Amino acid sequence: MIRVGRAAEAPPFPVAAKRALGNAQLRRNVRHATNVIRGKRAVVVGEMPDWEQLRDAAHAIKEHTVRYLDFYLEQFEENCTRAGGSVHWAADADEANRIVIDIMRAAGRTEMIKVKTMTSDETGLNRALEAAGLVPHETDLADLIIQLGEDRPSHIVVPALHLNRTEIRDIFRGAMNRAELTDRPEELAAAARQFLREKFLRVDAGFSGANFAIADSGSICVVESEGNGRMCVTLPRVLITLVGVEKVIPRFQDLEVFLQVLARSATGERMNPYNSIWTGVTPGDGPQEVHVVLLDNGRTAVLQDEASRETLDCIRCAACLNACPVYQQTGGHAYGSIYSGPIGAILTPQLQSMEHSRSLPYASSLCGACYEACPVKIDIPEILIHLRERLVDAGEAPAGERWSMKAAAAAFASERRLGAAQKAARLAQWPFARHGQLSHLPPPLNAWTEHRALAAIPPQSFREWWATRERAGGA
Amino acid sequence: MLISLFITCYKDTLFPDTGKAVVRVLERLGHRVEFRSAQTCCGQMHYNTGYTADARALMEKFVRDFDGAETICAPSASCVAMIRDHYPKMAAASGDAGLHRRVDELVPRVFEFTELLVDKLGVTDVGASFPHAVTLHTSCHSIRSLQLGDRPARLLRAVRGLELRELADADQCCGFGGTFAVKNADVSAAMGADKARRVVETGAAVCAAADNSCLLQIGGTLTQRGEPVRCLHVAEILAAGDGR
Repeated sequence: MIRVGRAAEAPPFPVAAKRALGNAQLRRNVRHATNVIRGKRAVVVGEMPDWEQLRDAAHAIKEHTVRYLDFYLEQFEENCTRAGGSVHWAADADEANRIVIDIMRAAGRTEMIKVKTMTSDETGLNRALEAAGLVPHETDLADLIIQLGEDRPSHIVVPALHLNRTEIRDIFRGAMNRAELTDRPEELAAAARQFLREKFLRVDAGFSGANFAIADSGSICVVESEGNGRMCVTLPRVLITLVGVEKVIPRFQDLEVFLQVLARSATGERMNPYNSIWTGVTPGDGPQEVHVVLLDNGRTAVLQDEASRETLDCIRCAACLNACPVYQQTGGHAYGSIYSGPIGAILTPQLQSMEHSRSLPYASSLCGACYEACPVKIDIPEILIHLRERLVDAGEAPAGERWSMKAAAAAFASERRLGAAQKAARLAQWPFARHGQLSHLPPPLNAWTEHRALAAIPPQSFREWWATRERAGGA
Repeated sequence: MLISLFITCYKDTLFPDTGKAVVRVLERLGHRVEFRSAQTCCGQMHYNTGYTADARALMEKFVRDFDGAETICAPSASCVAMIRDHYPKMAAASGDAGLHRRVDELVPRVFEFTELLVDKLGVTDVGASFPHAVTLHTSCHSIRSLQLGDRPARLLRAVRGLELRELADADQCCGFGGTFAVKNADVSAAMGADKARRVVETGAAVCAAADNSCLLQIGGTLTQRGEPVRCLHVAEILAAGDGR
């Protein structure tokens, strides 16, 4: 079954967003964090004279790759296998989880240390492992916080962005049994370090996501800031990597483009502190059993829609989340998916064939800040509109909206009808008008007047004024 | 120059004063204006909400209504963005070669109001006088789509007596977003509240923009909160004074 985390159980965006808007602490945390990252990004992007060319290059490489995806995936499989890796193909979330569980059992491992992987959140791997009696340990600091707090990620790059350090202290105090912890960042980091170090040294299976799967070398590339990922991919003897099929890039050399745009867009750094690249197995050094699971889970279906397939160009930098004024208000949970913000609003519905996420394509004012920030130039507003069109064409739009749009189209069909509609609206507004302002309008306009004032429609339209002026012989 | 006005559906209905101000400014600068009364709507609302067939019909109507017009001016950045960004794509997708050609011929003749003044007519001082503190909301369509840059600000700075006050977070969306304002009313209102707060912080008496749709949102929020700031389209400020 194609599944994106628990998105199928999520409430519609406007409902979840309203709940988030009521949480003042969450909104302060999200606003603060996104402002900090945006500021840092602006500095390191601003210093690049060739930023626009880099974006163009990244876009061109991704478009080419997505077009010849089958070719590059097979090339990756061939080169990874030649280097001693084992490549597995998973059609959906359940198959991917089953493959990982089978590898763990065959290797006789019961615990694994994980480095941040959105894709395993997508497949719900941790729940599947636990159901099979296996124990996953998240080691990325933010993912550790999420796991210990039994929370959900709210951001693609900074999953615990919705929490502040006091909230994190409380999670650590409970889960690590350390009542003496304060909320000093150094102390919290030291506590996490101590907690994780024991796992790094003991647990003998590692699990990672991938930023890039490189076809011409068969390598996997993971970038991170903490070094915990480096531990996960070098210390254990068994290493499993789960990769969405769209993460493949043709050449090792293409990293020169992506490593420049990714770090600057994601964390506002010139380069990621840790860039780990490995190719199959090196005898006597590092993991001696290297597995790569290539996941489809709806991606090849996205490929089939030419108008929106550039969604698959995404490198998960989250620059669009940080730039998005809607995300800044609600945080990530409102999107009901591990993929939140503008990219989540176009990716989740497509992966799920719109089934459980009809409200997401409307979770945007189409302001264009996401497109402006995207380092691979995905035209997110255009794709949002395209997905809205798909819903309308499939008869999935609400009846009230369809009726309103039909009425508006009829009014706009001719000058005479528009003039009549203007007159009718002026008459119809009287029950709602007081002192030149309208209030308590009927649905759907009540959604406007509940929050904002609305001036009454003026007594003379521009076209009426113009006609009067013409009759009088001009100005 | 004969300038054909596209006043846009909601300005025609809700903000007739903006249209009148455009007429006043252009005539004062010595141009002739016409208003082809057959015009209605560019189709933006239908297009953005996913009703592409309706939007295409309105595009075809627009092309017919403005057939032969040399210079078309619309005092709305978002409507011009609809025409410039989406008409060519919709026309190409329609498979109608004749329509595609007519759209391609039409698009370069359509100008947003401040763009027309600065780029096409070469004016920044239109002789206006408006002795008030003003802040400028740079709408998303005006900066990201039309790339108007500082054109509206340059026009305002040239107005006698006008003090232009900088707006913090100027590139942030006001939260209007067409049907977004109704479909996601709570988020839209929260965005509007942020914008209104920034406007009030400037201490300006007037908030100006090149889009009335944003001003509907910002003005509605300000009025709801009892703030005395007035919202005016840039054209209405440029029309103020005697033009000398």
